[in-house]
Amino acid sequence: MKVYVPMDSAAKALGAEDVVDALRAAAPEAEIVRTGSRGMIWLEPLVEVELDGVRLGFGPAEPSDVPGILDGSSAKALGPVEDLDWMKRQTRLTFARVGVIDPLSLSDYQAHGGLTGLRRALAMTGQEIVDEVKASGLRGRGGAGFPTGIKWQTVHDADAPQKYIVCNADEGDSATFADRMLMEGDPFTLIEGMAIAGIGVGATKGYVYLRSEYPDAIAVLSRAVEIARAEGLLGGDVLGSGRAFNMEIRKGAGAYVCGEETSLLNSLEGKRGVVRSKPPLPALEGFLGRPTVVNNVISLATVPVIFEKGAQFYADFGLGRSRGTVTLQIAGNVAQGGLFETAFGISLGEVVNDLGGGTASGRPVKAVQVGGPLGAYMPVSKFDTPLGYEEFDTAGGLIGHAGLTVFDDTTDMLGMARFAMEFCAVESCGKCTPCRIGAVRGVETIDRIAQGDADALPLLTDLCETMKDGSLCALGGFTPFPVMSALTHFPDDFARLKEAAE
Amino acid sequence: MAHPATVIDGEEIARIVDAHSALEGPLLPMLHALQEAFGHVPAQAHAPICDALNITRAELHGVITFYHDFREKPAGRHVLKICRAEACQSVGGAAVADALLAKLGLEWHGTTSDGAVTIEPVYCLGMCACGPAAMVDDRVVGRVDAAKLEKLLAEVGA
Repeated sequence: MKVYVPMDSAAKALGAEDVVDALRAAAPEAEIVRTGSRGMIWLEPLVEVELDGVRLGFGPAEPSDVPGILDGSSAKALGPVEDLDWMKRQTRLTFARVGVIDPLSLSDYQAHGGLTGLRRALAMTGQEIVDEVKASGLRGRGGAGFPTGIKWQTVHDADAPQKYIVCNADEGDSATFADRMLMEGDPFTLIEGMAIAGIGVGATKGYVYLRSEYPDAIAVLSRAVEIARAEGLLGGDVLGSGRAFNMEIRKGAGAYVCGEETSLLNSLEGKRGVVRSKPPLPALEGFLGRPTVVNNVISLATVPVIFEKGAQFYADFGLGRSRGTVTLQIAGNVAQGGLFETAFGISLGEVVNDLGGGTASGRPVKAVQVGGPLGAYMPVSKFDTPLGYEEFDTAGGLIGHAGLTVFDDTTDMLGMARFAMEFCAVESCGKCTPCRIGAVRGVETIDRIAQGDADALPLLTDLCETMKDGSLCALGGFTPFPVMSALTHFPDDFARLKEAAE
Repeated sequence: MAHPATVIDGEEIARIVDAHSALEGPLLPMLHALQEAFGHVPAQAHAPICDALNITRAELHGVITFYHDFREKPAGRHVLKICRAEACQSVGGAAVADALLAKLGLEWHGTTSDGAVTIEPVYCLGMCACGPAAMVDDRVVGRVDAAKLEKLLAEVGA
């Protein structure tokens, strides 16, 4: 008997280890395979029992469910996992193997298409590799949406004795966990993607800057890198090609701003994580002043499937200039939260109400923050907005890394606006004045509004303009998004308190 | 996370500094390793680090104080981090944290008087679909409430 139990940290946080202990005790002969998570977090821990080659799901499992799971009589039986609505409606390209394979089995990885892309890339020239990425239309999945192929071209064309691939795994935004799930559930995909990037642009060394808040991801990815080195996937002779690429994992130290690429590079160099002015672009003067590709985990982890199936296959999914798939992370006060990979173009309302099943509290949805702490609060009236970079921009928001936090009608939007400023003040690197001072003044100004000072409202608007236009990076520059969207779409939360004070 | 090393061993410091100084960008890995060994970055390590990396004491101080992770004094025997970020707030995380701090009579970053546990804020543990989230040392826990936190604290002896 073969039983699959996720070792994803969300599954562990919901009791997967206790379920595994119960399974071992009840069925010592069973083979227990630890996997990543399928992304249905509301069903975690999701136990799967393989019967005649079909994986039957049971969840959310508790230790007391184990006897029923083993004899198939459990009330938590969900049927074949692949047939669940949530799974059937997805286009899983980047996450095809996550939740399916043993994350640390390179043979499992290869049996599910792994290394096909790298083998193809190794037969290509650097320029051909860059062209393939350009043709796929892949854009940076970390938030900014910059075309990945163009970034690679710049580094490819730069002339330097040493170039680097840096993976930004400093996934600090609330409502994001795709990077974590990928690193915990299919780490070889990221390694393969980084190797392709390295071979493509002529970089022989890569770093993953991984946040310290993710100890499980650090452990899994570190082990995967060791295995990849031992198996010749990394090192001086990648898969016997004669080409070199090696990589290291570096642990962050709890600074949110290090998710910004220039701050990350400073941190990686061992300095304060202070933002650098651009230009020079990191693609020309990045890590240690050398040409550096800085890409997000999901961007790099999507590269192998593009090379496995071809750029056109990937580009055929999507909407407008947003090609391929988006890894939605549905979070917060939501009945069915988790990771859902689909082609760009799905509407916000469909994600929240249809996929997410509305709020967990059962109350009406008030707002959805899209794109993390620096993203706008979208009201229900904007639920018809399709998920695409340009489409969200037009609607006054940003898709960012496609993390969505759902809030119910008990939420005080003035409080959320205040938190956005407070967070910016705590995490500001301090280099530019609009962010460093503006965030502190923002908290004070919102407190004045809360006490009924109507004069403070235009001041807040003005301050947000200054932060937006004058900040060096997205921390100060985008904090106005949550603040101003809360003020614009939920003016009652800012006025109600004024009346109370009078 | 219990750190028995109350005595700061100069040889151990030298060994750790030496083991990391050849890396590209050695300082963060070095500070992490020192904190791993001693529970904080001991002041006795400052001079050897500055010597090895050819940086000033001011530069080193700047780096240590920039990052939330690095401590200049040891924390409690265990560290409980509670997520304050938006997704956890949307499911009542702030109230859970406030109640716990009030119950223990602590502010954020405070340590219980018996030295058992330090309570710290954290901004996102990647548990955004199963919040409110907390982390005890390196173990992440989802959907925490008052009862679950109480149980966690009891487990670590607070």
